[in-house]
Amino acid sequence: MLKRYNINTQILLLIGILIVIPFLFQNDFYYEIAILSILNALIVIGLNLLMGYAGQVSLGHGAFAGLGAYISVVLTSNYGLTPLLSIFISVVIMGLLGFIISKPILKLKGHYLAMATLGIGIIINIVLEVEEEFTGGVDGMSVDSFVVFGYEFDNSVAWYILCAVLLVFTIWAFENLIKSPFGRLLRSIRDSEKAANSVGIDVSYYKSIVFVISVVIATIAGSLYAFFSGFISPQEASFTHSIELVVMVVLGGLGRVYGAIFGAVILTVLPQLLTSFEDYETLVFGMIIISVMIFMPKGIASIFDKVVKKKEQNSASSK
Amino acid sequence: MIELFGYLLSGVTVGFIYTLVGLGFTVIYNSSGIINFSQGEFVMAGGMSTVFLLYAGLPLGVAFFLAILITSMIGIVLYKLISLSRDSSQISLIILTLGFAIFLRGLAQVIFDKQLHTMPSFVGEGAFEIFDTTLSYQAVLIMVVASAIVISLYLFFQKTKTGQAMVAASNNVDAAKLMGINIKKILMLNFAISAVIASIGGILLTPITSTNYEVGIMLGLKGFCAAIIGGLGTPFGAVAGGLVLGILESLVAGYVSSEYKDAVAFVVLLAILFFMPGGIFGNLKSQRV
Repeated sequence: MLKRYNINTQILLLIGILIVIPFLFQNDFYYEIAILSILNALIVIGLNLLMGYAGQVSLGHGAFAGLGAYISVVLTSNYGLTPLLSIFISVVIMGLLGFIISKPILKLKGHYLAMATLGIGIIINIVLEVEEEFTGGVDGMSVDSFVVFGYEFDNSVAWYILCAVLLVFTIWAFENLIKSPFGRLLRSIRDSEKAANSVGIDVSYYKSIVFVISVVIATIAGSLYAFFSGFISPQEASFTHSIELVVMVVLGGLGRVYGAIFGAVILTVLPQLLTSFEDYETLVFGMIIISVMIFMPKGIASIFDKVVKKKEQNSASSK
Repeated sequence: MIELFGYLLSGVTVGFIYTLVGLGFTVIYNSSGIINFSQGEFVMAGGMSTVFLLYAGLPLGVAFFLAILITSMIGIVLYKLISLSRDSSQISLIILTLGFAIFLRGLAQVIFDKQLHTMPSFVGEGAFEIFDTTLSYQAVLIMVVASAIVISLYLFFQKTKTGQAMVAASNNVDAAKLMGINIKKILMLNFAISAVIASIGGILLTPITSTNYEVGIMLGLKGFCAAIIGGLGTPFGAVAGGLVLGILESLVAGYVSSEYKDAVAFVVLLAILFFMPGGIFGNLKSQRV
């Protein structure tokens, strides 16, 4: 009962923050950053399920998000489908693709797994760059406006509400998923695949399912990002983007649902602050990754653990 | 036929560079179990520093020496950072080296610039004529120097006391410690050697393909592909993997599509990982994690 209550208070807190934040926004640019952060957070939540709960690294999720987005965009621009239907078809295609490649890929471990996902990501990126007639090549292509049942999402507030609702729903779904038997199963796989196997868990099946879930979320968030920004280029599917996503997961804290939000927000907002330093942007970004890995390898969410622990200790000692 | 021969020659030339990058990976991986994602940036650092030291008016030999020295320092800095890290899980260390790579790219952008740079070949611009195809002096130099590095690395690890200590340390850290081997020093030396190998590759490559601050991304990844194709952890595998990769790339660029040239390394990588994870020359033991 208590745990149930816990989930709800956290969700309510999140909803509260999402409602209050726009009052601090001074112009459209703030909305843009917020929307971008949320979309990144969505991908990171999925990736976190894969990395933090199932213990599988992926250095290719930027490419999956990019490819998924391209499929949605090409279906609307070149074949005249509605955006919602395009995203749906893209989700189905990417889900199938994810399921097919997950079989051989997830047999690999550690560095080999990282390298295989990286390889697939780079191949996707190259294909998107080369197949100009579909993708517009390196220069990218413009994206039709996002119209759902006759309503056109043409202002930032509408987009913000859409993304915020999606975020709350995703987190709610994940919290429940993780607390369910399925979540326990995933943790058992992360902690010891052999042990999980020996008690009769079909390890490779569950790893595939998680992989597919994370790819599907990346597809949805990537597609929405393309529709929101009105433009897409192979840059979305680049190695750099994949790395950024992994760093967001680790910065937020592996296996922490809310950590994903911290990681995504910080790494989305930070480059915007650094643009005034122009040439130093990459340098500072690298330094931040290094220092986080050295001083805070458990991620930002771990700071809150310490605070909570201290409080618990204090209350225990005062008793 | 002549065409094919030309492709093979240029493939082998590039292949030797991949070999050097792959060897750099292998040296660090064997000693510490770490995959260094900033290996490509070591290559970039070697090439870029040489170019700018030459711009500064230093003589060729001094520029080489300083560039190699600078890169080995960078290798040592990476080792120090890794040893500072509080978490030695694989994911953390992968991201740490990725972060270091981004840092080095940013540093190169600030210290140098974002332009493409090249330098004249240091053995003259001439070329040998073999069966109606040309093989530049620089290409021959790459083959010779790379082979020399492979051989001397082999001799170093087999014949010298320091080299043997390094092998011992990678086989069994505790036993090596008991034998009085200073593990930290050994690891640091491995990082430095790896950086030196990479920087030499960067210097050799610059007259042929030119260099910029981003050149290390693809080179590093392809070098890693080379190491895995040959069998991660086996130095001989890095040589074979590098050459196979260089030749395949050159053939695909020549006969299939030059646009998909860069994809070759990763397609081969996936094929190897899926169907023979030990690599061509590795054994399955090297797959253990």
